[in-house]
Amino acid sequence: MASSAAVPFWRAAGMTYITYSNICANLVRNCLKEPFKAEALSREKVHFSISKWADGKPEKPILRSDTPGV
Amino acid sequence: MLRQASRLISRSATAASSKSVTARAFSTELPSTIDSTFVESWKKVAPNMDPPQTPSSFMKPRPSTASSIPTKLTVNFVLPYASELSWKEVDMVIIPATTGQMGVLPGHVPTIAELKPGIMSVHEGTDIKKYFVSSGFAFLHANSVADIIAVEAVPLENIDASQVQKGLADFTQKLASASTDLEKAEAQIGVEVHSAMNAALSG
Repeated sequence: MASSAAVPFWRAAGMTYITYSNICANLVRNCLKEPFKAEALSREKVHFSISKWADGKPEKPILRSDTPGV
Repeated sequence: MLRQASRLISRSATAASSKSVTARAFSTELPSTIDSTFVESWKKVAPNMDPPQTPSSFMKPRPSTASSIPTKLTVNFVLPYASELSWKEVDMVIIPATTGQMGVLPGHVPTIAELKPGIMSVHEGTDIKKYFVSSGFAFLHANSVADIIAVEAVPLENIDASQVQKGLADFTQKLASASTDLEKAEAQIGVEVHSAMNAALSG
């Protein structure tokens, strides 16, 4: 049965709502005036390390961080 | 598949009407009576234990809808990092739903509205507070409580007009030169958000 609901353009392009919402939020944050922009960007910084596991042992971790050089 | 549709629909309708007396309640409805035969047979088997509880017994009952329309709308406006408005009583809010600017008064029909990038205004007496909302949802409940959630919401004064213009020009150009569907979608989102911010600042 073909879907009769009109899908939003971003879903038709394969994007999920969360991705869409996060892109919108990032665009708004980038257009803020100075003290607020710095606050917003520092609030949204992420820093995490992922390791895949194989044979019961963790492999080399991948570090993803917004603070370079850490 | 569609050939069978009318037969299946009529079959389920008649089945529902004939079995309506023994129809099972939805699991989300709280049980109105405790089944005493179950409790007694449970007590025979396990006399020292309380009958098992179900998740619904831990839930608070859904707040009842007042019989007369309340005079104020109670607004909860939350962001991931802050609770902007918490149980605040206001006269009206205007939310930027995807179907257009929607005015919400006390006694509004229960609605779930997806929000598009735009201005949300909270009206309390003569005060009007405006926020630019990046996207989110608004849940309007039957008891005149409005839960509005957004990922990012900023007062209009905090937006820098020159960056908005620059962003709009950038993304319009990207939209023209985009090749894959995903690039086009991202550029389109950029154009929409920046146009909304532009309109918010000038309107």
